[in-house]
Amino acid sequence: MDTLVAQYSRPAYQQNEVFSEQEQQDLADGVPSLSLKFAMPPVAHPSAWLRAATDDRSNPTCPIKIAHGTTTLAFRFDHGIIVATDSRATAGNWIASQTVKKVIEINSDLLGTMAGGAADCQYWLAWLGMQCRLHELRHKRRISVAAASKILANLVYQYKGMGLSMGTMCAGVTEEEGAALYYIDSDGTRLQGNLFCVGSGQTFAYGVLDAEYRQDLTVEEALELGSRSILAATHRDAYSGGFINLYHVKKEGWVKHGFTDTNPVFWKTKLEKGEFSNVTSDFSGRA
Amino acid sequence: MSKGLWAPRQPPSAWCWNLAWQAGHARAFRLKLQVRVASGQPELPPKQASWTELAKSINNHHPIFPHAFNATMEVLLGITGKDFTLIAASKAAMRGVTILKASDDKTRQLNKHTLMAFNGEAGDTVQFAEYIQANAQLYSMRNDTDLSPSALANFVRGELASSLRSRKPYNVNLLLGGVDPITHKPSLYWLDYLAALAPVPYAAHGYAQYYCLSILDKHHHPDITLVQGMKLLNLCTDELKRRLPIDFKGMIVKAVTKDGIVDMEIDNDKVVKCA
Repeated sequence: MDTLVAQYSRPAYQQNEVFSEQEQQDLADGVPSLSLKFAMPPVAHPSAWLRAATDDRSNPTCPIKIAHGTTTLAFRFDHGIIVATDSRATAGNWIASQTVKKVIEINSDLLGTMAGGAADCQYWLAWLGMQCRLHELRHKRRISVAAASKILANLVYQYKGMGLSMGTMCAGVTEEEGAALYYIDSDGTRLQGNLFCVGSGQTFAYGVLDAEYRQDLTVEEALELGSRSILAATHRDAYSGGFINLYHVKKEGWVKHGFTDTNPVFWKTKLEKGEFSNVTSDFSGRA
Repeated sequence: MSKGLWAPRQPPSAWCWNLAWQAGHARAFRLKLQVRVASGQPELPPKQASWTELAKSINNHHPIFPHAFNATMEVLLGITGKDFTLIAASKAAMRGVTILKASDDKTRQLNKHTLMAFNGEAGDTVQFAEYIQANAQLYSMRNDTDLSPSALANFVRGELASSLRSRKPYNVNLLLGGVDPITHKPSLYWLDYLAALAPVPYAAHGYAQYYCLSILDKHHHPDITLVQGMKLLNLCTDELKRRLPIDFKGMIVKAVTKDGIVDMEIDNDKVVKCA
């Protein structure tokens, strides 16, 4: 009787909520989804609380410094997709690592990039890789980039407002779509596009990339442009640096084009092409 | 699940007790209460300097509607006429200081005669629009008939209203335009994230309202033809190009008519000079 009365005594807006959001998700998934049940901090607004504890710009004494700061880019052209990243991880002003792999190889023809919280990206892109493999086993064919990116977008949307921080790109070439590139971030935004730069160095990379980007770039030109755009960002953005990680995605799958130290590339670019004239190579002390 | 049963009859403290009891957390709850009584104030989150600091950090990043600014820079316009409804949306997808995409389509087709345009919080917009779209299409499939624009508008309002009273509301503003499949009457509905619903002859969302509503007040007439409607729309977009401080990358324009939804040509490259 109590349950019967309760059914009609709930406020109108709750009448339809037969299942909780979490229960609905579990039902819809069909298969029990791993790792969707993280404990939340027991406060009214987890994200605000987390931000208070982690945002070192507004509070330099914040107790947790999240690994942030990146430049990643990817663009589509006639011969596939170029994906390039730097390799620096920073936590506040501290350079935590110079050798981070920010390109995640989801499978032999799908790549993901990571910007934002290093842990968030690493964890959820690995999780995405697992979902893609499960899709393959269930449906006996490779997942499309559209579908893969939507799995990730829906997942981060579930955690919206709880402090996830990630800006990622999914790149791949499939039978049905051709070359496909998607941008996904922790707000839940998911965009299909030709060219994206993500991270604290994105503006610097956009500057170089937009100016010389064309659909009909040759593979060599495209690789050079990707690498040069990352170099530009590592030069101007304090939170980007280390090595240039370069990939070319094509029909047959992705090909890695090295993990190259930026320092020699910078000096080669300066001395051989005369760029970066703002930096002096005259060490006599008189500029 | 008898929250509602107890709530009105007992004082708040007893009500809290019941909730805790029913949830099986009576002991945990009592512990919390003791802490409260002992210090006179609940405990601060660890390492938080003061309550004012915490309040400030929450205010600076409003937890529920954090990116209201962004929404207002996105342009949505709607105009009805004799036998059509025009819906236009700006093409820029912005995040921070960057335009991520200059060909974004902020509209979803709900059924043959209804189109919805949306702006607002990143993520919420598309999720909400596609949720509404899926339900509209499900209805059409189940019943072999489409919901009318007014029915859809009221459905959307209901969803938005219940979401507003949930823990995490959708922060989405909408325009819903349609032509009634039977009477062929065009209609336009204006909805905001607070679930206000208004049937209107013409409408705008965001800063575009400040510029365009006066233009539409002066030049709109309910009997205009589609060609006149496009002229009116151009009047609005020209003014936006002149006066809005950011480049919204042109508009996507669609017309709902009795024959369905058609993409309309608009010259987005036209240069408009300030006087």
